Amino acid sequence: MIVNRQNAEILTGRSFKFGDDISTDLIAPGRLFHLRSNLPELAKHVLEDADPEFAKKVKPGDFVVGGRNFGLGSSREHAPVIMKIAGVAAVLAKSFARIFFRNSINVGLPALVCDTDKIDEGDTLEINLREGIISNKTKDIKINFKPLPEVMIKILNDGGLADHIRRNKGFNL
Amino acid sequence: MRSKTGGSLDKTISEKIISEHAGKELKAGDITIVDVDVVMSQDGTGPLAVSQLKKMGFSGVKKPEKSIFFIDHSAPSPRMELSNSHNVLRNFASQAGARLSDVGKGVCHQILVESYTCPGDIVIGGDSHTCTSGALGAFATGMGSTDIAVGYALAKTWLMVPQTIKVNFNRKVNKGVFAKDLIIYLIGMVTSDGATYKALEFGGEVSARLDMDGRFTISNMAVEAGAKTGIFPSDDITLEYLKNQGRGDCFRKIYADKRAIYEKSVDIDCSVIKPMVSQPHTVDNALPVDALEKIKIDQVFIGTCTNGRLSDLKIAAGILKDRKVKSGVRLIVVPASMDIYLRALKEGILETFAESGAVVQSPGCGPCVGIHQGVLGDGEICLSTQNRNFKGRMGNPDSFIYLSSPATAAWSSIKGYIADPREVLG
Repeated sequence: MIVNRQNAEILTGRSFKFGDDISTDLIAPGRLFHLRSNLPELAKHVLEDADPEFAKKVKPGDFVVGGRNFGLGSSREHAPVIMKIAGVAAVLAKSFARIFFRNSINVGLPALVCDTDKIDEGDTLEINLREGIISNKTKDIKINFKPLPEVMIKILNDGGLADHIRRNKGFNL
Repeated sequence: MRSKTGGSLDKTISEKIISEHAGKELKAGDITIVDVDVVMSQDGTGPLAVSQLKKMGFSGVKKPEKSIFFIDHSAPSPRMELSNSHNVLRNFASQAGARLSDVGKGVCHQILVESYTCPGDIVIGGDSHTCTSGALGAFATGMGSTDIAVGYALAKTWLMVPQTIKVNFNRKVNKGVFAKDLIIYLIGMVTSDGATYKALEFGGEVSARLDMDGRFTISNMAVEAGAKTGIFPSDDITLEYLKNQGRGDCFRKIYADKRAIYEKSVDIDCSVIKPMVSQPHTVDNALPVDALEKIKIDQVFIGTCTNGRLSDLKIAAGILKDRKVKSGVRLIVVPASMDIYLRALKEGILETFAESGAVVQSPGCGPCVGIHQGVLGDGEICLSTQNRNFKGRMGNPDSFIYLSSPATAAWSSIKGYIADPREVLG
């Protein structure tokens, strides 16, 4: 389904599990507002108020796995941007807040809606973006994720909205 | 519910406005590219929008007179990094001929409704509470910096036409109960993601009588139910407001067709609603004030794009007149715009606040975003009239935020704990 030029077609990494209602304040806190002009520095604090150790533990290719209403709150695009800078390859949740979902796709971070009850902290996941299947290697089960709207696939395939617009000199959705 | 008699041509307000801006007939679920009328960002989201504009190869904006950069979240700047970010916006706005709303002018959403948004507009903003403009009968929604950058450059965006939930505020509102209580009650009922991707359209006899300040409060918090926008039809009250702002000429009557198709209707009997609070750490954790145990407070904040308007300040000052803020409680008041600040100044409202022991600060977002002007200490409890009480929102993840109306906030600041304003207004 998705072939993201900035990511491999098949993503493999570990799961970091979070609960319901993970707000953008927990992902990119307002108290660090002054670091928005220094995103690599802000990324060292990603999700700090949900798990103070997360930024130290996360490795490139890992996944953030949330519950219901992931990313609610502010429109700050910095939230998915710093997740990406920290190495997060995709974010999975039972549902996403609207702006966070749109922002994730815009910055080229796959945001996938699936049954995250089937994933625990530390599980190894293999995500086949083209086929829409998540393999939980630890539990030896397969989980489907909800296909993205066609326009979002186009944006993601172009590497995000800025690249889409630059390449097409406008919208080509 | 899907009306059985729903005609294919009858539209919700969102369907009407989006169809008009796409130049074709659209229904809920359709995805389209639309022209946008107003595009804005603020000092938290604007600098990234500027760098994305440059990354895409744009050096200017399509509609300078309706492209606005606001400096309100960290204004005046408390740190050099933010001062530099402010200058990014000032320089870009100047070079592109775009509008700049600088330090002290006020919160973006308030300035938009005072000076920019017209009924029937599509407004996109790099701030989740852009839905505030929906109170004027506009389709207004929050987006991230890259979407906003594209909006600045092209005056276009892509949208899915949302399904609409019709919310009818019926019967009457009791004394001591305000628009803020209605919207907290509604969010408690539908939950923080009950309206995700959807538009809320407000109706019912209470909505029809509600003044613009009350409508702004309600539309402002639509996003706290996950909604894409929260729209009121425009009417004589809208017209009167626009006339008072010297913008009567931009009035249009915006309304839903009789047989428009709604995903569902929510009917609320306002006469059963009491003064409400949202408890930490989610807005939908709602409870009537009289069901709370005695919760002592360290700080009270009256202001923001939710409740920093003249009528809010008037109600609070009415309660604080000839009374004192409880010793040990800090009351912070921030008018939402310079226009409101000046009116409150001339009416003696700011004097009443100062005499009661409150700190009155310059127009802007104040302590709501956790950057400055009232950051909470460890374990502290704040009662605020803002729209959001997430963990860490006011700058400290080890603090606790309750949300209420300005009346509840003012009365509580005198009592020293979260108190029922009907004790003084009843």
